[in-house]
Amino acid sequence: MSGAAPATGPWVSGSGRARHQTISVIVENRAGVLARVSALFARRGFNIISLAVAPTDDESFSRVTIVVDLEETSVEQLTKQLFKLVNVVKITEMVPGEAIERELALVSVRCAPPGGPGPSRGEVGELVRIFGGSVVDVGHEALTVMLAGQPSTLDDFEELLRPYGIIDIQRTGRVALPKLERPTARRGAGHN
Amino acid sequence: MQLTGAQALIKSLEMERTEVVFGMPGGAILPAYDPILDSSIRHVLVRHEQGAGHMAEGYAQVTGRPGVCMVTSGPGATNLVTALCDAYMDSVPMVAITGQVARPVIGTDAFQEGDTVGITRSVTKHNELVMRPEDIPLAVRQAFLLASTGRPGPVLLDLPKDVLQSTTEWHWPDDTELAASLPGYKPTTKGHPRMVREAVRLMTGASRPVVYAGGGILKARASEALRELAELLDAPVVTTLMARGAFPDSHRACLGMPGMHGNYAAIMALQEADLIIALGARFDDRVTGRVASFAPGAQVVHVDIDPAELGKIRRADVPIVGDCRLVIEEMVRVLRASGEDQADRRAWWATIDDWRQRFPLYYEPQLPGDLLKPQAVIEAIRDAAPEATTLVAGVGQHQMWASQYWRFEQPGTWVNSGGLGTMGFAVPAAIGAKVGRPDRTVWAIDGDGCFQMTAQELVTASAERIPVKVAILNNAYLGMVRQWQEMFYEERYSEVYLSPDLPDYVKWAEAMGCAAFRVESPDDVGPVVDKANAIDDRPVVIDFRTDSREKVFPMVPAGASNSDVIVHPALRPGGEKVVQ
Repeated sequence: MSGAAPATGPWVSGSGRARHQTISVIVENRAGVLARVSALFARRGFNIISLAVAPTDDESFSRVTIVVDLEETSVEQLTKQLFKLVNVVKITEMVPGEAIERELALVSVRCAPPGGPGPSRGEVGELVRIFGGSVVDVGHEALTVMLAGQPSTLDDFEELLRPYGIIDIQRTGRVALPKLERPTARRGAGHN
Repeated sequence: MQLTGAQALIKSLEMERTEVVFGMPGGAILPAYDPILDSSIRHVLVRHEQGAGHMAEGYAQVTGRPGVCMVTSGPGATNLVTALCDAYMDSVPMVAITGQVARPVIGTDAFQEGDTVGITRSVTKHNELVMRPEDIPLAVRQAFLLASTGRPGPVLLDLPKDVLQSTTEWHWPDDTELAASLPGYKPTTKGHPRMVREAVRLMTGASRPVVYAGGGILKARASEALRELAELLDAPVVTTLMARGAFPDSHRACLGMPGMHGNYAAIMALQEADLIIALGARFDDRVTGRVASFAPGAQVVHVDIDPAELGKIRRADVPIVGDCRLVIEEMVRVLRASGEDQADRRAWWATIDDWRQRFPLYYEPQLPGDLLKPQAVIEAIRDAAPEATTLVAGVGQHQMWASQYWRFEQPGTWVNSGGLGTMGFAVPAAIGAKVGRPDRTVWAIDGDGCFQMTAQELVTASAERIPVKVAILNNAYLGMVRQWQEMFYEERYSEVYLSPDLPDYVKWAEAMGCAAFRVESPDDVGPVVDKANAIDDRPVVIDFRTDSREKVFPMVPAGASNSDVIVHPALRPGGEKVVQ
């Protein structure tokens, strides 16, 4: 974590375009629950930026991580409405700076074979290496690369790949967990 | 014990003490109609599925128990949607059972297949497609629990035909299994003690408090507690359209209905209050008028069992999530224990009494040769009605007049469609209300437009010997729309004329097995109402020919501030009505 995120207030995404909030929702893992969640967003006029869902360690529950646009929405009203769904068990608002947020991107990007015209595989590969990503597929004139990281890092990565020519990109939407609590006396005690 | 899914369904409904099911059979639900023959449950065969839904609502509103309706898949279920939406908006407990096509053909566009769970998702508190016969008893237990606890509402169970046909070992889940099956459902009923104390502190100090009582008072059976609180505080009470009867109209502190067509004193008391004590009410736009200018000087204590209502429209200074009865009882206890003196409210009461004196409900007396005054018809029915008569209304002018001119003294004596405003609600809801409380006389005040939407349910009433009484205030118009066109569209009347005698309501009612009368002269109103009250073996319909020029006053135009309420012309400065 770079620590660049503001300590309080709604999350400002890497792109800086909209005010986002990440909400983590534990739901019963049963047919139709995702439809209920998304239908509620549609009906109440809440705008979803991204949504990721998968079962938790207990298969009877799923964790849905939703990033919402706060331009139009009060997060309080949104969580209250969500909680009215009978299958919603728990809702956590992810406070920036107090949550670990990650996202994964697969990007197919143009690059020339060795000796060909234009930017080479090596250049793209170097960029991937700098970001700590990996190359997951190789074609004659393209690479598919993968990067997992903070959403803002993915934004940067995407920006830097763009000039090479992005053929396809799939981002997963963000997943998040609260930061673990660590008892510490640093604050106030002045040891460092 | 091995049962079919259908037998398990009917047995589960019996276990939930269902007395009556309003419904209509059809292909997919057919298996469930066989065990009903052997059941103690009464089935009322409706003529249209929408009627089944509104009957279940009427039943629920007078008994406080979930109304149950059962229809088939596809068109049966879609016909139920309006009633589900109505019940959802007014928080009416209801359990709807729909047939579904057999599991192997779900998703193939089979005959009478509809995505019922998808279609009804946004108009139910919860719904469920039950895919195994062994899940039926738990699903029914869940449905009744969800429908009747927390914020009540409609719950729908969709049952594929082959699930009803296959057999299963009967098992009735106990409370532990029920609770474990709903890990996310834990309504908060007890108010936060610190919030309750803070609310009481504000109440004690307020010099212009108003209790804003909503339908939640009735749902929580909190009328007694409300009365105690209001008397302790010596505060005026306004009762919303959904809360008529929650506080007796004859009580000195009762200001009547607030909102778009509310009593002037009720509208202004909210507007001028320094503290609004909102109890089971949701700041509906029909109550607030323009929200930005609603009650500008008021702090707000807001009690609701649904946390999402707190702060949804108006910020609450003291939000309290909880059951209205429990929270009000706790407020009363804290108030009594505090022993602090209430702020001086004499000036506030003087202001309120002045409003009541200057701007009472008013309509002009009927002149010879004119058609009947609809308000006078309602008053005549009111004055002749036996005690605790249940009043039911459709939607429109007649509904507003019914709310304004009736005198509600007890909870559960008023049934109407508030949130959704469903025309055609009255006839079926009245039937359901009569089935729920057969000991009470049931009068439906209906409009001619409304009546034409669901009148065929009077066939149901005749066949089932459910003696409801329907007063059609027949002004030959879609009256409320006419009123808006007159006031806001320069009297350009567009598609609102209906004709007074097409259909012939008397002949129509008689054809449906009802006693029927037509009243055109004011002298006949009383005698015909007496005749109707004396008939108890079949439904009665009275066609009252009323004056289409009558408008509902007071009126706050849509989107206007409540401060700009329009009173009856005769009460305005220079008006001819002199108030002593």
